[in-house]
Amino acid sequence: MIAPSAVRIAEVGKSFGAVKALGRVDLDIPQGELFGCIGADGAGKTTLFRIICTLLLPDRGRAEVLGFDSVSDFREIRRRLGYMPGRFSLYQDLSVEENLRFFAAVFGTTVGENYDLIKDIYTQLEPFRERRAGKLSGGMKQKLALCCALVHRPELLVLDEPTTGVDAVSRREFWQMLKRLKAEGITILVSTPYMDEAVLCDRIAFLQKGSVLGVDTPCGITGLFTRPLYAVRARQKYRLITALRRYPHAASAYAFGGSVHYSDKRPAADLRDLLAWLDASGLEDAGITQIEPGIEDAFMALMELQGETGTEGADG
Amino acid sequence: MADAVIHTENLTRKFGAFTAVDAISFSIGRGEIFGFLGANGAGKTTAMKMLTGLLRPTSGSASVAGFDVRSEPEKIKQNIGYMSQRFSLYEDLSPKENIRFWGGIYGLDRKTLREKSARLLEALDLQEAADTRLSSLPLGWKQKLAFSVAQLHEPKIVFLDEPTGGVDPVTRRRFWDMIYETADNGITVFVTTHYMDEAEYCDRISIMVDGRMAAIGTPDALKDEFGVSSIDDLFIRLVRPTPIE
Repeated sequence: MIAPSAVRIAEVGKSFGAVKALGRVDLDIPQGELFGCIGADGAGKTTLFRIICTLLLPDRGRAEVLGFDSVSDFREIRRRLGYMPGRFSLYQDLSVEENLRFFAAVFGTTVGENYDLIKDIYTQLEPFRERRAGKLSGGMKQKLALCCALVHRPELLVLDEPTTGVDAVSRREFWQMLKRLKAEGITILVSTPYMDEAVLCDRIAFLQKGSVLGVDTPCGITGLFTRPLYAVRARQKYRLITALRRYPHAASAYAFGGSVHYSDKRPAADLRDLLAWLDASGLEDAGITQIEPGIEDAFMALMELQGETGTEGADG
Repeated sequence: MADAVIHTENLTRKFGAFTAVDAISFSIGRGEIFGFLGANGAGKTTAMKMLTGLLRPTSGSASVAGFDVRSEPEKIKQNIGYMSQRFSLYEDLSPKENIRFWGGIYGLDRKTLREKSARLLEALDLQEAADTRLSSLPLGWKQKLAFSVAQLHEPKIVFLDEPTGGVDPVTRRRFWDMIYETADNGITVFVTTHYMDEAEYCDRISIMVDGRMAAIGTPDALKDEFGVSSIDDLFIRLVRPTPIE
């Protein structure tokens, strides 16, 4: 790795009482990278981010951010870091403009000084300049929060689930903004529960129950899925899923948009036999095509491998 | 639609000069999974509040589970199930207590409630955790429990407001297995989501844009009609016809 580290996490662990939020996490994020943390609620993403943002002390291990120690040099880190927490944390009673001015002032700068950085985003907010932040729509709140996290031109931007609960269009626009910020040389650390956003990162870490299950490029993660994968279609989707799961050679069958992604335990599935099985299950219209696995397929396979599926446990 | 569980005609809600829901008309049948999509601020929440008897329409009409939203909102509340990520169960109560509490609210008698509670805890594999405080259970379990609790009183229709937010992809799909099963039993499922792949799991979907229904139909028919390959593309096309940039 040529670029120096923006974030280096070594053997970091954190518990809250009896709840282990982070097991023993190692991560190295070079400067200039757009790095994604993917995982469900409770996977430990927020805890990890708060440690990086110097808002929580790790129980053990060490976090180095922009070359500074997260415990002893927290002041240095805070000046160089922009943090957008998962929960909307701006002042609801202040207007859009007042919030932005406030955050600029706190960091000893002005809105004008770094306006070029937020201009693209802020122009979309401009019509609502005088509206109270609490009265903004979800998408607009998110854009304002991003502006406030950027107003001091941070070297590292930490975004905790910025797109949760945001509609598909706003999500797409938000990622376009992140691409532009990356081009400005800002290192970006972002978490998301949406698998389709993982593809847009340079590298991703997949967190589950306080552990990192894998760190790789989206391509590398997808490459972990080695079984042949098929998209199966039929009009009656529920019946299709149940029939596929009952098929003796089935490894997995999960709904994916308009089709069901099916993988077989054998090195190559016998499609004629499978079609006959589906036909016998009353799915005469079923069609099968082999497909390339996507990132979500790979993650789900990874989860199965670990025996970690979130709802399991009581029957284990 | 002969056995429509929801039927609206020109359903409208204004707030002052602003029209949040603008004359929407549609019907949803028994056992149908209906995906209710739209951008943030398109009027989905307002429409859902009217359909669940929480908000009076300004004009137009709607019947839900056979009752009129304007004259019989209390009847509607008794005959529908509702679950959202933010509002569903009490975190300080155990699964068993939550079931008892909601069963009481829905007016189930003691014996029915006891039977249902046992059956439900077994079906959800929650027997061991039956007396554990909800706050210490995984989100996926809570969502399944919330969905089941919303059906304790055997409603004709269940409203699910972003039910799968924040769970892992496997848990999300398990939740959809439950939705399919519910619909298979003849209960109508009305669901909102920001996951566009989930839109394709629905029998029919609608997309709201600025208070109006910009599209309604089966996912396949809509993709054909608009000449797009996914609901994601359709959504983008309808919600943001001219991209910013």
